[in-house]
Amino acid sequence: MTMEKLTMNCITCPVGCEMTVTVEDGVVINVEGNSCPRGKKYAEVEVVAPKRMLTSTVAITGGLLPLLPVVSQEPLPKNKILACAQELRKVSVEAPIAAGQVICGNILGLGVNIIAARAIDKE
Amino acid sequence: MQELEYDIVIIGGGPAGLSAAYSAYENGARSILIIERDFELGGILQQCIHNGFGLHHFKEELTGPGYAQRCIELIANKPEIVTMVDTMVLDISTEKKIIAVSPKEGLMKITGKTIILTMGCRERTRGAIRIPGERPAGIFTAGAAQRMVNMVGYLPGQKIVILGSGDIGLIMARRMSLEGCKVQAVLEICPFSNGLTRNIVQCLQDYEIPLLLAHTITEIHGKDRLTGITVSKVDENMRPIAGTEFDIECDTLLLSVGLIPENELSRGLHLKMHPLTNGPIVNQRRTTSLPGIYAAGNVVHVHDLVDFVSDEAEIAGKFAALEVQGKVCDALRRTEVKTGEGIRTCVPQILDIPAEGEAVRLFMRVGAPERKVKLEILSDGQVILNKLLPVAKPSEMIAVDISAEKTKLMGCELTVRLSRGV
Repeated sequence: MTMEKLTMNCITCPVGCEMTVTVEDGVVINVEGNSCPRGKKYAEVEVVAPKRMLTSTVAITGGLLPLLPVVSQEPLPKNKILACAQELRKVSVEAPIAAGQVICGNILGLGVNIIAARAIDKE
Repeated sequence: MQELEYDIVIIGGGPAGLSAAYSAYENGARSILIIERDFELGGILQQCIHNGFGLHHFKEELTGPGYAQRCIELIANKPEIVTMVDTMVLDISTEKKIIAVSPKEGLMKITGKTIILTMGCRERTRGAIRIPGERPAGIFTAGAAQRMVNMVGYLPGQKIVILGSGDIGLIMARRMSLEGCKVQAVLEICPFSNGLTRNIVQCLQDYEIPLLLAHTITEIHGKDRLTGITVSKVDENMRPIAGTEFDIECDTLLLSVGLIPENELSRGLHLKMHPLTNGPIVNQRRTTSLPGIYAAGNVVHVHDLVDFVSDEAEIAGKFAALEVQGKVCDALRRTEVKTGEGIRTCVPQILDIPAEGEAVRLFMRVGAPERKVKLEILSDGQVILNKLLPVAKPSEMIAVDISAEKTKLMGCELTVRLSRGV
């Protein structure tokens, strides 16, 4: 049985609570220093399989702007973020695009959709 | 020249202007104009494509463009709120006459019964921090690079160094990494980071980008294009230490060295300004030193969260709306807010409290990082409120609410200070 105490900052919101996380055999058994339940949830995921939201852009033709900002609908595995960003560099869409429209469904088979962060009208 | 008149004219269509317009409408104003110089509303949020916005204000995690869209939707389809884009305000007179110009309408004279200043802020540049060395291409402010990468579709370079650990710099470190660039280092002259902790974690640590605290650039190299920089350690007075120099190769330098409230129009109006916030001095209703002229958001003081910008702008919008309807309660007493030990700035600087009291929220910044301190608010020497702070950082604004009941008892001077060793 191995037990260790980790210090980490919650990144869920801008408060950035500094937490002391006790991990036993790879499982979080105690979290201190968090000021809301999201801190505990973050620590549990961060220790086992860290996840991050991805925001990037894709090319758009015929719109008021040449780029469309996009965001992952849910957090993606942290170690797949760069691969997903690379994948998005190949994507091009055509205006008009509505906010929330799926731009790249089930990216890299990870079960997460990449959606438009804003609307872009036709030029 | 076209002449127009509105009850409330809002200068700037970013989050502050949009939130002020919405709040003014909700509080009964029915003749509102927003003037925006960009081609669309939303302000700088449109280039801040990352997420993390809106958790306080909309109780939801949004991207910058997502937050902007929310604000725009709140004012859309209301004929009483008129918006002008591609329109630049050139001058405002103390009689509240505005001269604005747009390619479509030409010059316009617009009179506002009240005016709300929501022009936001802009970035400090290389000139503002006087970095010695050559003057090659490849040096950008982080925000300019952000617009290029996120809205225009250019990459400013491949091998990047970022000077300054403010949030825009950190966000750009991640953004450039996602676009396949190599971020060599982030340099910070202070012995502590100036960005939010969450951004240190998710923008630097995640991408193994070194953050060098107490370091700065002492020379820039490159004749036509930037080829590298010389970095030095600095002492406690932020002076470079001889003998600590080393070089970093890079083709691009991004500067994230602070923001300055954009107050040319405010200065033209001779509004009383605060030397540390670089914005107009305001009371709790966000009235400036000129009656009928309000100010809110980053033009008053640089915020770290857009959520607080919206909150502040809603206050200005509300009181401008009440003023044009003749519903403002006159103040009985003026209280000056002074900053004491450990506190660098506090907004509002003035409280004009009516007989029945008025709930007030103070926004403060500390001068240096602190741990386990007590924030104390004193009225004429008596502590009326205190709050324990486990951590306080200059980069994270502290908000404290004072109830209407308590404001009734305040004297003519309020002091906010930190008490250590608690």
